Amino acid sequence: MNLRSIVWKELRERPTAMLTGLLAIFLGVAALVAIRHVTVFSEQEVAQQLSTLGANILILPKNATLQDYYSADLSEATLPESHASTILMASLPGVEKLSPKYCVPIDFAGKQTILTGILPQEEFEAKSAWQSVSMFSKTKHVGCAKAESCGPTDNSPESLASRRSIEKLDAHELVLGADVATKSNLKSGSSTVLFGEQFRIVAVLPSTGTVDDGRIFGHLHTIQRLAKTGEVVSAIEVLGCCEDAAGQLVPQLSALLPDAKVVTISQVVQTQVGVNRLMAKSSIFVLGVLVLVGGTSVASSTSSNVRERRREIGTLMALGATPGLVARLFLTKAAWLGLVGGVAGVGVGVLIAVVLGPQWAGVSISPLPYLSIGAVAAALVVALAAAFWPALRAARLDPCTCFQDA
Amino acid sequence: MFQLQDVTKIYSRRGRHVAALQCSTFEIPDGDYAAVVGPSGSGKTTLLSVLGGMLSPNSGKVLVDGASLYDQSIARRAELRRSLMGFVFQTFNLVPYLTALENVQVPLYLAGHSKKDQCERAAELLRRVGLGERLDHKPSELSTGQQQRVALARTLANDPKVILADEPTGNLDPDSRKVVLDFLDELNSEGRTIVMVTHDAAAAERAKRWLRLVDGSVTAAAVGKLQIAA
Ligand SMILES: Nc1ncnc2c1ncn2[C@@H]1O[C@H](COP(=O)(O)OP(=O)(O)OP(=O)(O)O)[C@@H](O)[C@H]1O
Ligand SMILES: [Mg+2]
Repeated sequence: MNLRSIVWKELRERPTAMLTGLLAIFLGVAALVAIRHVTVFSEQEVAQQLSTLGANILILPKNATLQDYYSADLSEATLPESHASTILMASLPGVEKLSPKYCVPIDFAGKQTILTGILPQEEFEAKSAWQSVSMFSKTKHVGCAKAESCGPTDNSPESLASRRSIEKLDAHELVLGADVATKSNLKSGSSTVLFGEQFRIVAVLPSTGTVDDGRIFGHLHTIQRLAKTGEVVSAIEVLGCCEDAAGQLVPQLSALLPDAKVVTISQVVQTQVGVNRLMAKSSIFVLGVLVLVGGTSVASSTSSNVRERRREIGTLMALGATPGLVARLFLTKAAWLGLVGGVAGVGVGVLIAVVLGPQWAGVSISPLPYLSIGAVAAALVVALAAAFWPALRAARLDPCTCFQDA
Repeated sequence: MFQLQDVTKIYSRRGRHVAALQCSTFEIPDGDYAAVVGPSGSGKTTLLSVLGGMLSPNSGKVLVDGASLYDQSIARRAELRRSLMGFVFQTFNLVPYLTALENVQVPLYLAGHSKKDQCERAAELLRRVGLGERLDHKPSELSTGQQQRVALARTLANDPKVILADEPTGNLDPDSRKVVLDFLDELNSEGRTIVMVTHDAAAAERAKRWLRLVDGSVTAAAVGKLQIAA
C-alpha cells in the first residue's frame, strides 16, 4: 500500500468519473500536436524551398494558377518558345540558366504520368554561339557573392532533380522520375516506347518528394513534335545566381515579356505561408481550449471527487494522514490524468499528422520529440493546476467529518 | 493519559452559538475504560474529536501524556493520532475500494512500514479478529459485523495506547456487538486506554467508569453509580 496504489485503486473503482477530464485533455493535446506538427513541417518545407529555389524565377502563361512551385508548369496554357531566346538576347545580369519546359499528361505503364519536355543547356550554348550572344554568366550580377560559385559543377543527368536543368539530352533519350521508374520497373539503360517511337532511358532521378517523381523528362523538341503543339512551352524556369538577383530580375523580365506572368518562389509559397500563419494562430487557440475546457473539467471532477470522499478523507486524517498527504492524493490522481491524456493525445495527434499531413499540407511528417514532450508537460501542468484548489480544499477538510454519518 | 482543563467548544453557525462542550478539569488515566454517555446532541462526539486532536477547543487545554495537544502543529497532531490513537466508528469507515487487507495496511503505510511488513502485519491482525479467510474481500462483500472487525484490526495496526470509539456497536446485531465488546475488553486488559461513546446500556456496563454528558457538561462517576438516561 502506498500513495500511488491508493490513487490507482480509487481510479479503477470508478474510472468514468474522471472520463470527461481525460477526454478533454486527450482531444486538446491530440489537436494541438497534430496542428503543430503540420505547421512545423510546412514551415520547414517553405523555408527549404526558399533557400534552394530562392534564386529561381518562373515565367508562366498569364492565366496559370500557382499553388506549388514544382507543379506550376502543369496548366494547359502555353507560351511561345521564342520567349527563351528573347531573354537570352537581353543578356540580363544575374541570369545563370534558362530551362524551358513543355508538359503533356500521358498514360505510361497504366499510370497517369507527366511527360515533360526540357531543353538541354548545351543547345543554348550552341544557339548563343550561333547568334553571337554572350553566354549568361559573362555578365555577372553585381555584388553577388554567390555568383562566383555559380555555374555548372555537376553535369550528370541526375542533377536535374536538384539543379532543375539538364546539360545534355538527345532527341531519343529519357530521364525518369523516381516513382515512374519503380512503378514501370525501368532502369537506366533500358529502353521503352512512347508515341510509337523507341527511347533509351539515360537516368533515373533520386526521389524528391515532389511532383517531379512522377515525371518523364524528354527533349523539349521531341515532345513538342510528338504532341503536335508547335514551338510552345508551358513554363520557362530562369535560374538566377542568387536571391537578390531574382528580386531585381522580376521587373526586368516582366517588362521584357508583357504577355507572361513572372513570379519568384517567395510569391509561389505565399499562400502556404498564409496557411502556416493561420495554423500557428489556431494552435494557440487550441492550446487555450485545452487549458480552459481540459482545466475546467479536471477541476470540476476533482472537486466533486473531494466532496464525495469527505468522510474517507476525514477517516484517513483520523488514521494519521497529514493534510499534505491528502492534497497529494488528489494531485497525484490529476497528474495521472494529465499524463495519460497527454501521452494518448500525443500518440494520436502524431498519428493524425503523419497520416493526414501529406494531404493537408503536402509535406511528409515525422514525430518531433521536443514538441511531443512539451505537449505532455503542458497537459500535466494544466491538470495539476486545475486540481490545485480542490486538493487544497481536501487538505483543509475538518477531520471530524469521519464521525459524520454517510 | 488525558487531562482536560476548562475546555469549552462553541460552534457558531449563522450568528447562533452552541456550547457543545463545557467541562471543568477532569482526567482519563492510563488504562482507563470510560464510557461516554448522554442524550443525543449532548456533545459526546465533540468530546471524542477534541480528545483525538481533530477539533480545537475555544478555550482550555487538552494534555496528552502531559503535553498540550493543541499547542502542537497540525502535522504533529496527525502523527500523534497515527502512533498513539486508534479510532472506531459507528459506520466503520472502511475505504470502500480497498480490500480488508489493504484497509488494514493504510495506517501501516502512513506510519512508513515497508510493503512486506504491511502485508504481514495486516494479515496477522485480520487473523486475530477472525477474518483470516477474508483478506481479499471488499467492505461491500463483508457483513456489517465483519466490517467492524476489519475496522478493529485497522485500529490496532499501529498498536495504539488509546482507543477512541464512537458508538462502535451502534450498527451491529447482538452477536457482532458481543464480539466487538469482548475485543474492547481484551484490548483494555492489554493496558490500552479506551474511551467509548455509547447509547447501549449493556456496552456501558463493561466500562470501568462512565462520563455522563449533559448539554456539554461532564460529570464523572464510578460504574453503577449513575443511571444512563439515553
Ligand atoms: N459542525 C458543527 N457545527 C455546528 N454545530 C455542531 C457541529 N457539530 C455538532 N454541533 C452541535 O453540537 C452539539 C453536540 O454535538 P455532538 O455531535 O457532539 O453530539 P452527540 O452527543 O455526539 O450526539 P449523538 O448522540 O446524536 O451523536 C449538538 O447540539 C450539535 O448540533
Ligand atoms: Mg455523536
